[in-house]
Amino acid sequence: MSTTDIRDAIKEELSNIAPEMDLAAIDPSADLREALDIDSMDFLNFITAMHRRLGVNVPEVDYPKLFTLDGAAAYFEAKFR
Amino acid sequence: MAEFRMPSLGADMEAGTLVEWLVKPGDQVKRGDIIAVVETQKGAIEIENFEPGTVEKILVEVGTKVPVGTPLAMIRAEGEPATSIAAPVQSPTPAGAPPRPLEPKAPAPAPTPAPAPEAEAEERLRISPAARRLAEQHGIDVSTLSGNGADGAILLGDVERMIAEPKIEGARGRGFDLAAMRQAIAAAMARSKREIPHYYLAQPIEMTACQDWLASVNAKLPPDQRLLLGALLVKAVARAARTFPAFNGFYRDGAFKPAPSVHVGMAIAIRGGGLIAPAIHDADGLSLDALMTEMRELVGRVRSGRIRSSEMADPTITVSSLGERGVEQLYGIIYPPQVAIVGFGKVAPSPWIADGKVVARPVINATLAADHRVTDGHAGALFLSEIETLLQEPETL
Repeated sequence: MSTTDIRDAIKEELSNIAPEMDLAAIDPSADLREALDIDSMDFLNFITAMHRRLGVNVPEVDYPKLFTLDGAAAYFEAKFR
Repeated sequence: MAEFRMPSLGADMEAGTLVEWLVKPGDQVKRGDIIAVVETQKGAIEIENFEPGTVEKILVEVGTKVPVGTPLAMIRAEGEPATSIAAPVQSPTPAGAPPRPLEPKAPAPAPTPAPAPEAEAEERLRISPAARRLAEQHGIDVSTLSGNGADGAILLGDVERMIAEPKIEGARGRGFDLAAMRQAIAAAMARSKREIPHYYLAQPIEMTACQDWLASVNAKLPPDQRLLLGALLVKAVARAARTFPAFNGFYRDGAFKPAPSVHVGMAIAIRGGGLIAPAIHDADGLSLDALMTEMRELVGRVRSGRIRSSEMADPTITVSSLGERGVEQLYGIIYPPQVAIVGFGKVAPSPWIADGKVVARPVINATLAADHRVTDGHAGALFLSEIETLLQEPETL
């Protein structure tokens, strides 16, 4: 899975959670929870959707690594390296 | 023959627009079947059926806005013969309300000579004198009003809301009309602040046990089965409400009536603004897994704009958690006719005294806003204390 595919997957799943937000306009180093106004339920749904889509089971202790777009992309990229 | 009526989906609902029929005449319907979708100020609500039987007749066409209580369809009970006399008089109910007799209930019901249409005979409109006066001043036909008092009695606040409500005609799209929702929230909260003498209590609760337990449980689970802290909070409140029934129920017509079940209204923020607090039914009896599943499903449906009628009408107590937005505590406004709302702030590392030493511990602030007509601060303190005790043993929740 390419870097672009992973970033697209992340953006698509986040769009499902925050459909009115323009993900292209989000600073990739900003905290997604603030930038997209998502709560713990939304974040869990994001993790669940990525698990379903990429087969990567993100444990709770790793959640903080996925709090930014860059962080999430790097996390999943490392799983496919 | 049972009338399937436009239900009241909360204290602030006056009317609804029928936007979709999911059944047609001749269809068999069970209790709990979703048979229609109604657009209200709170968005599109799926309406559940209560009388098993066969749909005999649809009375209200799609796109029609009708007041709460208006018959929408006729349901023929099982075993009941189909109506032999076709009823051409029963043309589809017009957008306005069906005619109702207007006499207030007399204190001593002497045999009344006033002829009433027999189908409506037992449905005397109950309205308070002040409400009737205000309605007359504004030229409002009181038969179009829905009441939120006991047995549907129309109260002053019901008339005030009718005056405030803009007239919206025809069907609207699914999802939420945030402007209408804001008005609904305004009406309910203004009524709450006007009528309910709130008292407020706060209790810091140490959350180490909950956090540790959640971490160990979730470490073994795939994402779709993990629990959130919110499930523990809702369960603890539900169990405490079972123990302290004076916080679980409805205040109507000058009296509090405890509810036999604990249906926790879970405050859910709508993206873009707005708030809704649909019920998690029998939350005190659900396992944490089942409760979490319900919460996920409910939030999902709220976010996609589909809520069920029973979820809107049934909450007996509300839980609001704003902690994730960073606030330390919140002081809720009771959603009438409920009598209590429990709020939770964020879990934050805080100085805590343990064994005579100051240590850093995760702490959440639980708050209670309760109705002083029903309980006093002492009872409220015991109720909050029970929630604290329950949260110290999350494995038993």
